[in-house]
Amino acid sequence: MTKKKTPATPLLDELEKGPWPSFIKEIKKEADRPMVQDLLGVLERSYEEHIGHWKHGGLVGVMGYGGGVIGRYSDLQEEFPEVAEFHTYRVNQPAAWFYTSKALREICDIWDEHGSGLTNMHGSTGDIIFLGSKTEALEPVFKKLTEKGWDLGGSGSDMRTPSCCVGPARCEWACYDTLNACYDVTQNYQDELHRPAFPYKFKFKFAGCPNDCVASVARSDMSVIGTWKDDIQVDQAKVQEYAKAGVDIQKEVCDLCPSDCMSWDGKTLDIDNGECVKCMHCINVLSKALKPGKERGATILIGAKAPIIGGALLSAVFVPFLEMEPPYEDIKELAEAIWDFWGEHGKNRERVGEFIQRVGLGTFLDQIGLDPVPEMISHPRANPYIFFQDEVVEGAQ
Amino acid sequence: MAIPDRKTDIGPPHYEKHLPPIVKKNYGKWAYHEIPEPGVLLHVAESGDKLYSVRAASPRLLAITTIRNFADLADKYCDGYLRFTSRNNVEFLLTDQKKIEPLKKELADLGFPVGGMGNAISNIVHTQGWVHCHSSATDASGVVKSIMDELYPHFVDMKLPAKLRIAFACCLNMCGAVHCSDIAVLGVHTRPPRIDHADVPKVCEVPTLVASCPTGAIRPATVNDKPSIEIEDEQCMYCGNCYTVCPAVKINNAKTDGISIWVGGKVSNARHEPMFSKLAVPFLPNNPPRWPEVVSAVKNIVEVYAKNARKHERMGEWIERIGWPRFFKLTDIPFTRYHIDDFTHAGETFKRSAQLKH
Repeated sequence: MTKKKTPATPLLDELEKGPWPSFIKEIKKEADRPMVQDLLGVLERSYEEHIGHWKHGGLVGVMGYGGGVIGRYSDLQEEFPEVAEFHTYRVNQPAAWFYTSKALREICDIWDEHGSGLTNMHGSTGDIIFLGSKTEALEPVFKKLTEKGWDLGGSGSDMRTPSCCVGPARCEWACYDTLNACYDVTQNYQDELHRPAFPYKFKFKFAGCPNDCVASVARSDMSVIGTWKDDIQVDQAKVQEYAKAGVDIQKEVCDLCPSDCMSWDGKTLDIDNGECVKCMHCINVLSKALKPGKERGATILIGAKAPIIGGALLSAVFVPFLEMEPPYEDIKELAEAIWDFWGEHGKNRERVGEFIQRVGLGTFLDQIGLDPVPEMISHPRANPYIFFQDEVVEGAQ
Repeated sequence: MAIPDRKTDIGPPHYEKHLPPIVKKNYGKWAYHEIPEPGVLLHVAESGDKLYSVRAASPRLLAITTIRNFADLADKYCDGYLRFTSRNNVEFLLTDQKKIEPLKKELADLGFPVGGMGNAISNIVHTQGWVHCHSSATDASGVVKSIMDELYPHFVDMKLPAKLRIAFACCLNMCGAVHCSDIAVLGVHTRPPRIDHADVPKVCEVPTLVASCPTGAIRPATVNDKPSIEIEDEQCMYCGNCYTVCPAVKINNAKTDGISIWVGGKVSNARHEPMFSKLAVPFLPNNPPRWPEVVSAVKNIVEVYAKNARKHERMGEWIERIGWPRFFKLTDIPFTRYHIDDFTHAGETFKRSAQLKH
């Protein structure tokens, strides 16, 4: 392959300056590759013209899979032929993004041989992203990845790659094993992950506690957020140590409790646990003294999404408390019931959260076989336009 | 055709293969954690074991050269283990406290500062932008780099009232799901798409295209005796959903695409329930390579928040306490008709009481 010259990039070069790590420096680290030289050329052009130069579409992928590769083409193919095809792979990350250096080097070696040498660590959904591959490289890269024990993640209208917080691997607040749940669900639904068969994408995110470090409530169709049922574990001596060290327990802890369930008399932190809404604030502030309770599980919320198409949504409570023990049958049963109903009646590109708004949460619950509970709502309806079912009103036909 | 020898559906490697021994030993048995200095987390296990996590900034777009550098550092300082965070920081996992300083120095020499913990600004979660995306209204990495160069002191220090999460998405698809961030920077299209009538019949299915529009602004039409569509401009809200299903309906526009800024969202349940970010600045121009208007608008919001919010108060909690009129006054951001919602359920955002500050 003829070695091209790196194009002049005066605008991009500006972004090599300053204290924050520079993505331009990163790109230039691989600029001995013609593909990366053309990437710099296209990008500089975008900076000159204030517009992107990528086209989507075209079905590309590896044999037998419908997801995992995103087809991307430049609209300046004659000028920048090396990025005429510039597809990305989504490689399923290990749960909680732990790596051995050996594994990282294996991944780098594969990508060194076949692609741009550029990655995202990681993509928004959690996968390792290989950025920029020609179509001819797709199968060889896939083969080498699987030989080393890696597989592709999701894309398109399929189950997307599940992700989780650091969980019990390095956090005292994890109310269930997020890594294990994430791994188990991912392995259990390989077909749903690799072969798009849903109306649109479906994301799982596993957060170990209500701090929600993986933003599951905003970013997943099924948000599994760790919580507990019993009393917050308190070490009163350690609470006093915090007070002596200068933490204003009244002001910084009690006064900021959203359910006003704590009091402090200068010696004892008294918690009315029945009123606690498990927000985590007191535990966050007094990390050595307080811990979540012992009866642990998760709250299951459904339906978060970004604005496209019908507006952004946060997930909504479906199951207030669920024990989270392998093999996670309850989660799987719920997910499958949702997939059945949404799969049958959802419109093309309609996320499950939007679908629920269209058919009504009441109808949705009927169909998936879940009883309504008051934890599901912030308040009951204020409008009187109730669609009564016949059996509710005695004498109705 | 012979079926080649290939494995499929093996799934990701088991996480246990990638966990450091100290993590395996103390899995689920951590007692507490604290932040002894910016960028260093100390986790203490019930066994008494101590694990130091050194968190470094990352541009997310990483060359394999850099990943190999990280692998070398992991070998040298952490017995060959590291991890990445949900905000794309890289974390080195050390058992020997004495190795923290030399590691930090090597990271600094490579250009990766340490920080992003506690009451600080962590990595900006962001999207692909002009590096790789078809529907971006702006670049992502360049704006993020420009913002973080300016807000860098808030990454390496912990002097803010609470944590401050900034996210960036280059269009309304929000691959970065920025809609629940303390500050969300969002690329926006501001004009209806232009239709390439010659290409529509070649590359698009008209019924799918018509169905893709959430406001029903697209209708089938015959143009030059060929099937195409027409767009009711007044009904278009520039979401670009049509462009995603049909590349001949072009939403990107060099002259009219730009950037908006949203504030006050959060995902954590701590204190206040999770909430959406709300509009602060409807439109700023695309001004590469440094986007000075965007950088200065974000910096202004951060500074006003840092000066006025109480300890532990996230951006949204602060604004809720002081009220939106005061937010606009303190930040000196003009309030316009664009701040008033006019989409579905817009009426729920109108103020319907006389409880006002004068």
